[in-house]
Amino acid sequence: MTSITVSDLTNLTVAQIRDGHRAGDFSAVDVAEAFVAAVDAADALNAFIVKTPEHALAAAKQADADRAAGSLKPLSGVPIGMKDLFATKGVQTTAASHMLEGFVPQYESSVSQRLWDAGAGMLGKLNLDQFAMGSSNETSYFGNVISPWRREGGDNAALAPGGSSGGSSSAIAARLCPAATGTDTGGSIRQPAAFTGISGIKPTYGRCSRWGIVAFASSLDQAGPMARDVRDCAIMLEAMAGFDPKDATSLDLPVPQWEAGLNADMRGKRVGVPREYRVDGIDADIARVWDEGIRWMKDAGAEIVDISLPHTKYALPTYYIIAPAEASSNLARYDGVRYGLRDLPEGAGLQDMYAATRAAGFGPEVKRRIMIGTYVLSAGFYDAYYTQAQKVRTLIARDFEAAWAHCDVILTPTAPSAAFALGDKSADPLAMYLNDVFAVPASLAGLPAMSVPGGLDRDGLPLGLQIIGKAFDEQGVLNAGLAIEQRSGFAARPDKWW
Amino acid sequence: MSVDSATVTKIAKLARIAVSDAEVEALVPELNNILGWVEQLGEVDVSGVEPMTAVIPNHLRLRDDVIDADPLTGGGVRDAVLANAPAAQHGFFGVPKVIE
Repeated sequence: MTSITVSDLTNLTVAQIRDGHRAGDFSAVDVAEAFVAAVDAADALNAFIVKTPEHALAAAKQADADRAAGSLKPLSGVPIGMKDLFATKGVQTTAASHMLEGFVPQYESSVSQRLWDAGAGMLGKLNLDQFAMGSSNETSYFGNVISPWRREGGDNAALAPGGSSGGSSSAIAARLCPAATGTDTGGSIRQPAAFTGISGIKPTYGRCSRWGIVAFASSLDQAGPMARDVRDCAIMLEAMAGFDPKDATSLDLPVPQWEAGLNADMRGKRVGVPREYRVDGIDADIARVWDEGIRWMKDAGAEIVDISLPHTKYALPTYYIIAPAEASSNLARYDGVRYGLRDLPEGAGLQDMYAATRAAGFGPEVKRRIMIGTYVLSAGFYDAYYTQAQKVRTLIARDFEAAWAHCDVILTPTAPSAAFALGDKSADPLAMYLNDVFAVPASLAGLPAMSVPGGLDRDGLPLGLQIIGKAFDEQGVLNAGLAIEQRSGFAARPDKWW
Repeated sequence: MSVDSATVTKIAKLARIAVSDAEVEALVPELNNILGWVEQLGEVDVSGVEPMTAVIPNHLRLRDDVIDADPLTGGGVRDAVLANAPAAQHGFFGVPKVIE
């Protein structure tokens, strides 16, 4: 259709692409070519590690053929970005590490396979923090991802797109793809979504198969979609979720029709506001957007309930024992023998090869976490650190259980600040960890949680609101997110400078 | 509890990561900073609390006890298994000599 320009196409949401393609308003190949061109013109953002235009175009041709044959699939004609943590058959998968540079999987991850089966195409593999360890995308071996956002007022400092799914958030905010996969271990979908003014949902632990996702902390890792609005998140999640016998913790439950179930009417719902999240010295803009979110929930008909999650302050230290402990175990597989990098110094034996390979293949943050994990699991310290953390984790999950007696969903800020400049926090690991203070509790409890845009801060940067739901109640989370989305009127987008 | 350079050297050895003396010196305060912060967990009363083992109630499944229940993770895929090996010879992973 001649009246639709290339920039129009890249502004479309997943639902608009799906429906417009179905209606014959444009071809899937036109859509794919528009996004491929946008990706090619955005190298300054460094959002992609590998571009795969041929994959996106092949899926688009198939989508056009399927439309002609009357056999359209749920995501026919929709090109997406794939976080480079998902194994993709025949396409380099690195986890943004030197260790896996050049690694070409011989199999497809379950989540990506589901998306291809649903008709989606892949524009490329998205950059991330190395092994998903980071909150700013500054730990990637392949360079920092830059946020398309800039502060108002002439300050052109390069801003963090959040992490670890920072390639995903940057690419969606810059209209390089309408949606992307993310993974969330302690906020890695929600915090980058908040930093870039988009939406993202981490479903209940076990909804999306972990099979074929490079493992970080297996009791926390969970895949989920990132997109520009709540409906698109619902559409994507329906395609990504589902039982997988190859993942021992996969939930053997039917996948609800989340998109069809979307309903922003919050009458009869109780929205919990946890007093422990209103920390001393909370940023004024964060507090203001949170208060607005509370008002929007009331406007949608919800009852606001003051709740207490007493162990909140212990969530982050708990996370920074459990996640490194699991990482130190999971990353033991990188030994220079079976796949990935091998560094074999002259005359070295097997043990020296392991140590040299891992020294050369892992970045500083990954090494730091492996060493913390090794320490807290070592003889003599295991009970004091690891067992204690798993007990506190039980208490954190109980906090939520108790809260569900009083509310249906919980509303909080997603992150304690807007996006910071690259380099601002990278010298201080603890300051970086504190970014996930609001995101980590839901991860530790395995609960579904999403971030939706709530407004802008004093510098014109996006701020996110987080909705946490009961286990298996992604619908309740999405509906509350939709109620906010309909009232926030969030339409800000970064000016194109790249 | 805090770590000194001897402990960091031992942790690095356990983790099979080669570290230089300079790296050890840099890691000592970094790790102590993080460990000092996580130690606040010690103040939580956990008496009678079981450590978490499964975040979402789930039951462990057994797959069918048959060969190649899932062809992808079953046998007969040697070449695919070896495809990314840094050194594969004669259908095996190659490693430096381990027996003199």
